[in-house]
Amino acid sequence: MGNNFWLLLPEFLVTGLAFAVLTLDFVLRRERKHLLGYVSAAGLVAILAVALVQLWSTKDDLYDGLLVVDGYALFFKAFFLGLGAVVILASIEYVRRHLDHPGEYYGIVLFSVVAMMLLAMSGELLTAYIALELLSFSLYVLVSYDRYNPKSNEGGTKYILLGALSSALLLYGISQVYGLLGTTSFAGINEALAASQDLSPGVLVGLTLIVAGLGFKVAAVPFHMWAPDVYEGAPIPITAYLAVGSKAAAFALALRLFVDALMPAAADWQVIIIVIAALTMVLGNLVALAQSNIKRLLAYSSIGHVGYLLMGIAALAAVDGEGRVSTSVSHLASNGIMLHLVAYAITNMAAFLSISAVYNVTRSEEISGLAGLARRSPAVAMVLAAALFSLAGLPIFAGFASKFYLFNAAAAQGLLWLAGLAIFASLISLYYYLTIVRQMYIERAEDPTPIRVPLLTLWVLGGLFIGMIIVGIYPAPVMEAVQHASDALFSQNAFGQVAQATGIE
Amino acid sequence: MLETLDSYLLFALIALPMIGAALLIAIPGYRAQAVRWTAVVFAFVCMILSFYAFGFYDHTEGGLQFTRTWQWLSIPGPWPLGDDGITLTLGIDGISAPMILLTGLVMFTGVLVSCKLEERNKDFFILYFLLLAGVFGVFATLDMFFFFFFYELSVLPMYLLIGVWGSSSTFPSFSRTKEYSAMKLTIYLVAGSVLIWIAIIAIFAEAGLGTFDIIALQEAELSPTFQKIFFPFLAVGFGVLAGLWPFHTWSPDGHVAAPTAVSMVHAGVLMKLGAFGILRIGMFLLPEGAEFWMPALVALGTVNVIYGAISAMGQTDLKYVIGYSSVSHMGYVMMGLATLHPLGVNGAVLQMFSHGVMTALFFALVGVIYDKTHTRDIAALEGLAKRMGFTAAFFVIAGLCSLGLPGLSGFVAELLVFLGLFQTYPLLGVLGVIGAAITAVYILRLLARVLFGPLGEQWRDQTDAGRLEKVSTVVLAGFILLVGLFPFPFIRVIDSGVTDVLSRFG
Repeated sequence: MGNNFWLLLPEFLVTGLAFAVLTLDFVLRRERKHLLGYVSAAGLVAILAVALVQLWSTKDDLYDGLLVVDGYALFFKAFFLGLGAVVILASIEYVRRHLDHPGEYYGIVLFSVVAMMLLAMSGELLTAYIALELLSFSLYVLVSYDRYNPKSNEGGTKYILLGALSSALLLYGISQVYGLLGTTSFAGINEALAASQDLSPGVLVGLTLIVAGLGFKVAAVPFHMWAPDVYEGAPIPITAYLAVGSKAAAFALALRLFVDALMPAAADWQVIIIVIAALTMVLGNLVALAQSNIKRLLAYSSIGHVGYLLMGIAALAAVDGEGRVSTSVSHLASNGIMLHLVAYAITNMAAFLSISAVYNVTRSEEISGLAGLARRSPAVAMVLAAALFSLAGLPIFAGFASKFYLFNAAAAQGLLWLAGLAIFASLISLYYYLTIVRQMYIERAEDPTPIRVPLLTLWVLGGLFIGMIIVGIYPAPVMEAVQHASDALFSQNAFGQVAQATGIE
Repeated sequence: MLETLDSYLLFALIALPMIGAALLIAIPGYRAQAVRWTAVVFAFVCMILSFYAFGFYDHTEGGLQFTRTWQWLSIPGPWPLGDDGITLTLGIDGISAPMILLTGLVMFTGVLVSCKLEERNKDFFILYFLLLAGVFGVFATLDMFFFFFFYELSVLPMYLLIGVWGSSSTFPSFSRTKEYSAMKLTIYLVAGSVLIWIAIIAIFAEAGLGTFDIIALQEAELSPTFQKIFFPFLAVGFGVLAGLWPFHTWSPDGHVAAPTAVSMVHAGVLMKLGAFGILRIGMFLLPEGAEFWMPALVALGTVNVIYGAISAMGQTDLKYVIGYSSVSHMGYVMMGLATLHPLGVNGAVLQMFSHGVMTALFFALVGVIYDKTHTRDIAALEGLAKRMGFTAAFFVIAGLCSLGLPGLSGFVAELLVFLGLFQTYPLLGVLGVIGAAITAVYILRLLARVLFGPLGEQWRDQTDAGRLEKVSTVVLAGFILLVGLFPFPFIRVIDSGVTDVLSRFG
């Protein structure tokens, strides 16, 4: 069967862009290397346009389903390309001030974008694993990019060690599944699970290990220990990238994995995911209360958000008392996850970019370093306050609409108590976000000199601010794209089979 | 033509404060005068529109008026009613019409008394307008999602409004920093909205209609057990904002720490959002649950009345007296609602309006006194009437309204509540009357001490309220008299709404 390699055009183009940036790096003089950032960002935006035009309503696969090109993959491709462009724009000022070797920095970011795009397309476990490793290796380098900073080194080392461990878990889980079911493709796993009445313990172990491996990647409790140290050590734009990109990528994989491959076994994995989600959202938000470093605080807050997203994964299936699985409103959960990822991405980028803009001048990562920011730089303070309110889930910002949708989806699937817990966890989060707002607006600065913010940063911040408000007060256009992706996702799954296999005695 | 314009009226009321806020972001902060004028103009237009909404609400027709629906977010799924999902459905009935009027009034008078604000007045008005957009939204929307959206929106700016522009209280016996009060208020209210949020998504899931539209959800057959479980979520969640005992403790602290205009809006209008939420979502969608829990609510309301009044007696800070009197007066609203008797519910809604205007007037006047004398310590204030005649006169009006003097709005409202109570819970009705008597004691003592009697030495050179403050005082006091002397136009409108709500009960 012939493969239409044109379908991979966006991935080839991003890879080409990465090599072009690395080559240009040799030619450019040192003081002009920041141009590489503009080239990369502009390239990503152009590729985004190409991808949308080329792949709009395409539905195909490559290598017998190893890679799936559909509306769902396209949604996440667009998401990652856009995210990559924003991360690079957010990095330019930081890289120029604090980091050496900008060429490799941008090149590696581009490689990681390719990895995330591949993850969203994977229709098979090993392909997904390879894409995940490409992503992780890029991130290992980026986390320890601040070579002379011991914290960055420490973070990088921790990340590599625990990343390797999680990869081992994942691989072992995959091998277990392959050994017992004889396939690693999502469709094959789905069939095999649907055919067998009961899940064999071996497969269950395999699934648990895969969940644990992914849990490490998204920093779900109890696999979250690395996150705060790594977040604290990494350069700020990379922290943002870790908090948003690597998580979104893992969820892009997880959604397809759970819907397309594991749905027939929903009765078995739902409990595991529920427990992890509950622990993650509560612990992440509780520990965040005690932080004084803003990057650590946002690390824990992002752990909390992973908890909400995992609740969405748990809500992909409604399991009744007798273990029957129904998916009649499952698209609400997948919509909720994707909408929340979009809202979370815009919001977190705004938060981290504001912090980086302040850090570039004050060199302080402490929350108290933000004291009096409302006077020193009203615009940055306003964006950061808006981002924090959005993370806490208050209107008129994106976080409110997306949280409402996601929590409502969980309730509609019969997980009302878990949604209630999530709402309560959001209340806890509001407290520590408000302590930051208090520093910015109520406390006075020791050094009241205005903070000068470069024009580019202001533009990007302004764009993210408007994005937060648009998604917050009129999410319908985003929702349409999300719904498209959901439709594509669920069309892969043979609903009839699921009901037949698990429903009839 | 006029009808199309009418259908945009409520949207304009929500959008105008937001547009005002956006416009203020664009005005540079050092142009304080331009900021003030923008705020005054926007608030004035909103007030006029709110007059229009109330004045042209046709009570003979009743029901929902000025309605308009916009599709906002579709929720596809196997629903019987299609996948309209979330719509921005606007409309007012006889209950929300007076609330809209109240909001417009307090918004405008609040802006007037804030004009003297010097420090960062641009940020203040931005947050103030966001707050008011939320309040208008709650009263005007008929969709649970947007109801909650606007409800949360009205909570969001409070932290900063109190934290930045508020004032701390320090007395020998106790002290409260404004940061503490701001955080306490925010956490209490958001904790309340946690319960509301849970109840809303529970109703959505249980009804299975795929819509958040309150009118459409009437058709849902929610089981009595479900209603009995989730009505307390709504009653307590909204009750927190309404100052329901024992969840009221944020209210005196918050209102005292807040700057004058924010106290006016918060005690005058925001607390009514709580009671309104119980009516609009709780009683309307979960009537069987409401019926089951009403005895508990009436009991808590009684505690509110008595406890609030007794606490007010013991305060040494002028603003705390008003703060606790709000807790006490909101108790009448709860008691009236809980009677489920037309007289009582009518009285409760009228009390919401009356207390809103009265408390706004109180806080405006306390603001004037604090501004001029720089103290709110009752022990230090003596005989102010001799130097601040205007302020004193209107303070007396507000005070007499508070203790229920016939001819003022408080009398009509409380009378109706008591009549309703005597039909349903006569014993608690007696306690309610005793509460009114205690109110008379602390109000008269306060007036005698602060305003009359010999003039304190240090207040020899005291000046009276400024021009803008006088305007806002007169406007508010005018409405107290208007409702007190001609209550019928108000009760007519309110009754048309109350009839609809009570028709949900068997």
